[in-house]
Amino acid sequence: MRYFADVRALARKDLLLELRAKDTLPAMLLFVVATFVVFHFSLPEHSSRLAASGLLWVAILFTALLGLGRAFVPEQEQRVLDGLVLAPCDRSAIWLAKGIATLAFLVAAEAVALPVFSLFFHGLRGATVAAVLLADVGICAVGTFLGAMAVATRARDLLLPLLFLPLAIPIVVGGVGAGVVADPGKYLAFLGLYDAMFALLCWASFEYVVTE
Amino acid sequence: MLTASRLGKRYGDKRVLRGIDLELPRGGFLMVTGPNGSGKTTLLRICAGLARATEGKLSVEASRGAIGYLAHEPLVYRELSALENLELYGKLYRIPERRERIGMLLERYGLWDVRHDRVVSYSRGMTQRLALCRVLLHEPELLVLDEPFTALDAAGAELLDAQLAELHGERTVLVSTHDPDRVAPLATARLALA
Repeated sequence: MRYFADVRALARKDLLLELRAKDTLPAMLLFVVATFVVFHFSLPEHSSRLAASGLLWVAILFTALLGLGRAFVPEQEQRVLDGLVLAPCDRSAIWLAKGIATLAFLVAAEAVALPVFSLFFHGLRGATVAAVLLADVGICAVGTFLGAMAVATRARDLLLPLLFLPLAIPIVVGGVGAGVVADPGKYLAFLGLYDAMFALLCWASFEYVVTE
Repeated sequence: MLTASRLGKRYGDKRVLRGIDLELPRGGFLMVTGPNGSGKTTLLRICAGLARATEGKLSVEASRGAIGYLAHEPLVYRELSALENLELYGKLYRIPERRERIGMLLERYGLWDVRHDRVVSYSRGMTQRLALCRVLLHEPELLVLDEPFTALDAAGAELLDAQLAELHGERTVLVSTHDPDRVAPLATARLALA
């Protein structure tokens, strides 16, 4: 129970920081909407639904990357991560809280982005929305873990996409698959499995990322 | 409380600390001096558990939650208020009656009236006072203070003098400083890094 109390306190702090600084969510919203506008004009007029579905996942991935890149910036600015690491709580609570906060920002951005996508391209199936939500969990689990690794380096802005994008390929495969086939069950299950596997891996190994 | 034998630290090819031997009993007060780049901060980070020595051995008889570490940076969120920062640390350190403890520290360090203001609006000295409140919040057994008088005005420095005198003999303290005369009367051990 104490573990979840720590997670709640840390996640609440992240949401409060965003509410004050407004560093992440407005940028994500503007980026994803601007991306759809660009895609709308760059795709030929009678492009297939399949092409548009692929672009949806490209936009989601890069929007998430924008949020993940900023996730540990408040901790980096005043080296607050040292303070959190010294606290007698399980260090994985830092990862879980940061992941929950980033997930909240991503879902909020998508709440605007998905209707905009429907407006510009085509309506979305329930399976696509379910795939997006499942993908969000995996993106935030892996991305938060890699964000903590990257923030300790000088090449943070370069390192995060280099590490994250290859690991996000299964998410794109599952997401696009769930959106275009008649029976999306196995793709949704694949995304669920990805989430469970990587969340467990990141949860168990986060301690080694934040300690020397 | 703290024993180090032939302690050393390398960052790649660069050696920043070499052959440190020290023994500090519970209640002891170690003053660490040395010029910039002599490894004071590295030694204190190792003692606080934030860095690993690459050579030698270190034994610290204090759990992670019983260490209070004051760094060059205040380790507080600039967009949160003093109260919100201390509340967060209070929860993570599971401090009983934390509201009273936080109120007492803010009052003592002259931050009570600005407790709801964001840290970003504080002067460097006020931020250092808040950092001291953060360090003292959980009443640590081992205090690791890296140049604690930095940025403090005369009144702030006097408050810290009084605090250190109060803790003297009751808590184990490691202090690095460029102002040895200020801390020397309390020191039970000295380490001069070259």
